[in-house]
Amino acid sequence: MSEVRFPSTPTAHIGHESARVAHSSASAFRPQKPGVVLEPGRFDKTYWSDLWSYRELFLILAWRDVAVQYRQTVIGVFWAAIRPLLTMVVFTAVFGDLALLPSEGESPYAIMVMAGMLPWFLISTSLTNASNSLVMNSSLISKVYFPRLILPVACAAVALVDFIVSSVVLIGLMIASGFSPSWQILLLPACVVLAIIAGLGTGLIFAALNVRYRDFRVIVPFLMQLGLFASPVGFSSSLIPEAFRFIYSLNPAVGVIDGFRWCLLGGQANIFWPGFLISSSVSLFLFWSGIRIFRVTERTFADVI
Amino acid sequence: MSSVVVSAQSVGKCYTIGHRSGDRAPTLRDALVRTAGRIIRASSDIAQGRAVVSGDEREDFWALKDVSFEIQAGDIVGLVGRNGAGKSTLLKILSRITDPSCGRIEIVGRVASLLEVGTGFHQELTGRENIFLNGAIMGMSSAEVRGKLDEIVDFAGIDRFLETPVKRYSNGMYVRLAFAVAAHLEPDILIVDEVLAVGDAGFRRKGLAKIQEASRAGRTVILVSHDMAVTTALCKSAIWLDGGLLRQIGPAAEVTRGYMMEATSPHGQFMSRLQGDGGRSFRILDVQIMDAAGDVRRMFSCDEGISVVIHYFVRRSVPHLRGGMEILREDDVLVMVSDSMDREHGTLSALKEGHGTIRIRIPERTLSPGDYRVSLNFSRADGLPDEDVDCQGHVAVFSLHDHLTSRGNARGGFFSLRLEWTSECEA
Repeated sequence: MSEVRFPSTPTAHIGHESARVAHSSASAFRPQKPGVVLEPGRFDKTYWSDLWSYRELFLILAWRDVAVQYRQTVIGVFWAAIRPLLTMVVFTAVFGDLALLPSEGESPYAIMVMAGMLPWFLISTSLTNASNSLVMNSSLISKVYFPRLILPVACAAVALVDFIVSSVVLIGLMIASGFSPSWQILLLPACVVLAIIAGLGTGLIFAALNVRYRDFRVIVPFLMQLGLFASPVGFSSSLIPEAFRFIYSLNPAVGVIDGFRWCLLGGQANIFWPGFLISSSVSLFLFWSGIRIFRVTERTFADVI
Repeated sequence: MSSVVVSAQSVGKCYTIGHRSGDRAPTLRDALVRTAGRIIRASSDIAQGRAVVSGDEREDFWALKDVSFEIQAGDIVGLVGRNGAGKSTLLKILSRITDPSCGRIEIVGRVASLLEVGTGFHQELTGRENIFLNGAIMGMSSAEVRGKLDEIVDFAGIDRFLETPVKRYSNGMYVRLAFAVAAHLEPDILIVDEVLAVGDAGFRRKGLAKIQEASRAGRTVILVSHDMAVTTALCKSAIWLDGGLLRQIGPAAEVTRGYMMEATSPHGQFMSRLQGDGGRSFRILDVQIMDAAGDVRRMFSCDEGISVVIHYFVRRSVPHLRGGMEILREDDVLVMVSDSMDREHGTLSALKEGHGTIRIRIPERTLSPGDYRVSLNFSRADGLPDEDVDCQGHVAVFSLHDHLTSRGNARGGFFSLRLEWTSECEA
């Protein structure tokens, strides 16, 4: 004899009286504690409340990413300020002093560039980090359950912290040049939210795609490189010829940057409102489809990551 | 009185895998044609919303099929089965990491899983920070962690290093801290996968005690271990999975006996790429016991040499890989130990990436007749973290019979060596 044969039937065998497994019928199932039903393709009605109950994990993951980002660096969080500052200096020199492009109204060119640089970095950082967030945390995804949406959203929170640090540069710049904003600055928080919607929304789409197709690891940094020049960061969007402004506004960053400039530079910036509306709608649409795509694909993340 | 906390009905999980037909492309032209074909195929897969798989033939693979069972509150249930039997897949479904492809599972209460200790530990963070991070990942609230912080630190024995980044921890400290956090979880259902394989004997005992304590407190524990002695000692009942199907379910002693008596059948399917833990650098795919002719069997004569053949897959070469084998008698008495340092220094440290086999030969007439279990243990000899090295525990059984000597199977003791008897007459 080489093998003991057991019938491989799908139902449970009850080998022994004392076996406590599988001897009671399904009708004995009476949920008293919070339970869960696992079924293929179940539509999760509790998706958002589930997300809310994991808010503490969200805070801790966001805190982790902030804490880890500048560990073992000498100047720490100041890196968040130095990157946009140096980029601003180069852009001001190239576009303002060499190419002699006009600023918005009477505002100094450096402040105009910085007012575009900050939202651009907020969008690109949240987008890039969010799209890498799932792959970077693949060991978590394949070993623990939690609402996957937490990871990219935590990345957006980290980008927001960087943004707040780097705004100090802009404030310093404004004080140094004696430029005072007007009442429009009160609407700035709305523009910050719009920037996060644009960055995170697109980031969610890329994050979901990145799990399956790592091509996006190459595509996203390249897109961000192009976007820095395609968006009105180093120049004013009023330079775009009238005929192309609608098409130009399809870039979600255009609306965000224009909105920022309008809030910060006050009366000096003339905003093209129809373009702003188109751009903001594109951002909202990307955000909505980002969440949709993410929700549809998130169930298979652990299988394909 | 007891109530059902987990109820699974005809649960299945299907993966799509790819095969590559034919050999490697012989010429550059063939390689280009093949690459172009792959891109076209991948594009059409994306367009149709299917998963892109490597290789040019696709196949549905059922890692788990039609599995039904119920688990009562407060039970410790062992999950046994060979590599690729579907244990990990079942645990992943139970812990909500992945969805079942069909069937339905109802779970009452909070589930926490210890699929691997130290999940989510961040190298740059300190011990204290990692306790909070890891606790949150496993589903503890910060208030809960704060309340148990002293207990966790005490259990791990790392109080002096609480503010040190864990990247400076020794391997042992790291594992102890990770397990300490996990041990202080208080879910209704605890899923444990092989965490007991880590640490020294003292720490293992602590871990086992913690599991029993959890069960006494009314928690349900689902435990996967390759160590049948642990499964039998801890579990009331056991579930045996084989090839994705439910093979047997019942009292732990009965199921493990059946599992251990089963021949290590020769279907060496390379399944590691299907599962998440296929990401390990070194993975054991199958272990077979064969005779000199290469036939896989379970019963051998004492007079034939037998080989333990380990089929492995190396994803990334592991420096200083060390393999150890223990042979235990039916009654758990350790009979012999051998490791890869026995012969050449560092036999395994140069294993190339890819599939291969390791062969350990036991010469004829070494062990006395009886039933034996083979237990394997792979680690890194240089003491660096080796959680990405498959560490298997009990993997195979075989039995030896003595037909040729006059004592035959009645020979006791450990060895069946035929010693030389000489006599000399003083006359």
